Amino acid sequence: MILYPFIIEVFQILLVLAVAPAFAGWVKALKCWSQGRTSPGLFQPYRDIIKLFSKDVVLAENASWIFRFTPYLVFGVSVLAGGIVPMLSVDLPLAATADVIALVALFAIARFFTALAGMDIGTAFGGMGSSREMTIASLAEPAMLMAIFTVSLASKSTSLSQMVQVIYSGQSVLRPSVAFALLAFILIALAETGRIPVDNPATHLELTMIHEAMILEYSGRHLALIEWAGMMKLFLFVMLGIAVFAPWGIAASGDLTAIPAAVLFMILKLAIVGAGLVLIETGLAKMRLFRLTEFLGSAFLLATLGMLSYFILE
Amino acid sequence: MIFLPMNIAFFSIFLLLLAAALAFLFNRNQKFLIGVCFSMTTIASLLMVAAGGWAVGKGITNQVILPMGLPDLLFHLRLDPLSGFFLTVIGLLSFFVSIYSLGYVKGFLGHRSVTSLIIFYCLFLAGMFMVVLADDALFFLISWEVMAAASYFLVMFEDEKIENRRAAFLYIIVAHVGAIAILLSFGVMAGLATGFQGFSGYTFDAMRATNFPLGWATAAFLLAFFGFAAKAGVIPLHVWLPEAHPVAPSNVSALMSGVMLKTAIYGIVRVTFDLIGVFPWWWGAIVLIFGLVSAVMGVLYALMQHDLKRLLAYHSVENIGIILIGIGLAMIFTSYQMPLLAALALTAGLFHTMNHAMFKGLLFMGAGAVLHATRERNMEEMGGLIHKMPWTAAFFLIGCISISALPPFNGFVSEWLTFQAFLLSPSLPSPLLNLLIPMGAALLALTGALAAACFVKAFGVTFLGHWRGPHKPDVHEAGWTMRIGMMLSALTCLALGVLPTVFIDWMDVLSEQLVGAKIATSATGIGWMWLTPIAHERAAYSGPIVFAGIMAIVVIAYILLHARPAAIKRVPIWDCGFEKITQRMQYNATSFSMPIRRIFGFLFSIKEQVRLVSQYGHRAFPKKLHYHLRIRDLFWGWLYKPVVDASFWISRKVGRLQQGKIHVYLIYSFVTIIVLLVFLR
Repeated sequence: MILYPFIIEVFQILLVLAVAPAFAGWVKALKCWSQGRTSPGLFQPYRDIIKLFSKDVVLAENASWIFRFTPYLVFGVSVLAGGIVPMLSVDLPLAATADVIALVALFAIARFFTALAGMDIGTAFGGMGSSREMTIASLAEPAMLMAIFTVSLASKSTSLSQMVQVIYSGQSVLRPSVAFALLAFILIALAETGRIPVDNPATHLELTMIHEAMILEYSGRHLALIEWAGMMKLFLFVMLGIAVFAPWGIAASGDLTAIPAAVLFMILKLAIVGAGLVLIETGLAKMRLFRLTEFLGSAFLLATLGMLSYFILE
Repeated sequence: MIFLPMNIAFFSIFLLLLAAALAFLFNRNQKFLIGVCFSMTTIASLLMVAAGGWAVGKGITNQVILPMGLPDLLFHLRLDPLSGFFLTVIGLLSFFVSIYSLGYVKGFLGHRSVTSLIIFYCLFLAGMFMVVLADDALFFLISWEVMAAASYFLVMFEDEKIENRRAAFLYIIVAHVGAIAILLSFGVMAGLATGFQGFSGYTFDAMRATNFPLGWATAAFLLAFFGFAAKAGVIPLHVWLPEAHPVAPSNVSALMSGVMLKTAIYGIVRVTFDLIGVFPWWWGAIVLIFGLVSAVMGVLYALMQHDLKRLLAYHSVENIGIILIGIGLAMIFTSYQMPLLAALALTAGLFHTMNHAMFKGLLFMGAGAVLHATRERNMEEMGGLIHKMPWTAAFFLIGCISISALPPFNGFVSEWLTFQAFLLSPSLPSPLLNLLIPMGAALLALTGALAAACFVKAFGVTFLGHWRGPHKPDVHEAGWTMRIGMMLSALTCLALGVLPTVFIDWMDVLSEQLVGAKIATSATGIGWMWLTPIAHERAAYSGPIVFAGIMAIVVIAYILLHARPAAIKRVPIWDCGFEKITQRMQYNATSFSMPIRRIFGFLFSIKEQVRLVSQYGHRAFPKKLHYHLRIRDLFWGWLYKPVVDASFWISRKVGRLQQGKIHVYLIYSFVTIIVLLVFLR
């Protein structure tokens, strides 16, 4: 009995590794269809990663160990985070490793090293990407914390499995504070994962790229790790949103029999969220960098409204 | 019993004074002096760590009355867990810095005599230790002044530079304005303790025993907070800090930023929690607000700097702010009789005190090594040092990660605890505080993220990329003693981050002494691996699992990917077909912070000028562009300039009394005597 949570944990980490590229492929395919283009198919990200792994690495002459260490670290952080967010079951052995605040900080350390790697080669692009990425991150952080604060008011906890349990048990259906927090979270997640309107993952245009500018010099297996970790990050933010705001279908205990149903629910929800993401991305244009203060400011405002409505209405 | 913590502390101070005397006597043999004196300070600091650690670990309180001082005003000393904790913090960093100094100070040999540096270094350490040990107002103030004066001379060490003299002058003024406020605060408390007839109220014991009326207690608290805030560099009393810390020798900057500021934190905690004891919630709110303003403004000003040591100095303002946030929250919780939450907030603040000492000391030592190697403080010139100074770069990076509050290093743990304290504020029975305190949490999050941006800039511009300046100096790695000093503090940062439960277990006696509750029983409730403040359903963080987990995945991924041999080809960077790519085209410190400067520009006084030099006398044919940027502290213009102007105006008016004629002065004396006779008969 005591072994089941560990099995689920290992299964979940493998699932994150395996499904994250498919989700990225799903978003890309939907986007192509909605824009009247032919899609490369659901499995294109897998083919990309495999191709990159088999290629040689081309490294700039003055790249230091930081440049070579960063892909491994970013990958490691994403995998560890994949074991922490409750996706299939609430009862995860790794869930107590980090609460939401520590989880956000885990992604922050990946970003810190990516930004350093961007400055390591000494090109103008790398520095530009690092500077912009860190600026956006610092504006997103207060909004993120406010959203966490609002949700934790309802669940009296920042531990993810506890938050999921409270919402799951139906103690807080249709709370206005949670609704505001969800809106804020969507805006923040778009910024954190570098999607339109904050950043365009498909662009390599000098003046508009942010995340791509930092990793421009990567190639071969290093690039494969970074791309894979990026897909996992998108996947994990989606799963984090699902876990905190719509956890229905998740296994409430460490019981293996509930897992197949949980997997089915997860795939269904992922498909829906992917469609929503494509609607946002095709409906909006990328914002100017200095308009982002308004974008993230409104995220902060929404989260604050959520907190106020908790104290006033609930 | 001879082996009491107090006796060890005495012996340590004796060693420090002996080292100072040795430096005075053997002035001739400079090299010998560096070796002997810094070895002695190393041993003395280690002894202090032992004394402090012992007192905290076992919860011992030793009290001693020295037969010294003025008649009827003997020196009282006391080593309780609170002073033991600060002794440990100060001792540990001065231990690392003393090892570092063995190598660093040798850099001055042949340029100037280091005797004065050694003497004042020893006195400075002794002063800080005595401040923490003092148990009466008189001895406290004497030690405080020893510390201030010694650090003044240390800032003045390279006195041929005008910036050093200016900074030292500003520092000594602010230090003394602060000291007057502290003196008055003790005066109020001592007077209320025994009435204004006797002197016996000057001991801290007498103040502890007294219940102060609220009005007088508030006066004493505000005076003490003002005085200590001036020493700690709380905004708006911070202006001396970014001037004085960068110009001092780097080992001294490490001590000043790392631990001297902490004596002010000690003072605030001692006066509020111990001497006064009972206070209303809004005292805590004052501390919290000043803490928040210092944290946010400190990091924003730091982002705008391109002098490495100045940047670090502004970060001290930020971190003092974070410590005060913890203490302010603890005061608010205490005033509402919530000892467990108060213990959590206080632990967060004091833990951050320890952490800041470690990583700020480490960063200043690293900056010193860079300065030593390149003779350059301006980051705009630097770059690519990671290839020449791999050890220093690695240690500096650890400092950067720690100060940016990133797991699994120590800065994260204390900020995480502070966040937890914030998140528990909804249980306060005051709607106003419930609504306003979360804003503080958001500001703290902003601070943390901006600090990360600032240290990507600091590390990226200094150590990564290519050298940016016109003349590339002959850079060399720091000597082995300097490396050991940095390595030990880097390891401490990691250990405190990975095993915070052990440290919190050790320091828990403090929160019991001050607010009457322990968090260790709950903090380590589900095992030493998980840090769980209050309850594990509430929140949990496991440093060991995060560290080991990430490292394990990194190693596995590395091994799997290197099973198949794949070549790494080293090539020149791709220049997009533009052949003349130069090193000046890299992002530098100013360009890195440009987006943030634009967003938060209203908080600075910025003067930006672009001047175009044209060919043929027309703008259409530009030849050169001159870009000039000047960013200044807003507070200087808002607050200090009016005060300085006003004091000059007053002194000019008062100066009219001075006629330079003897009969006018005789009339003054005559009038004075008449007035005294009439009123004070």
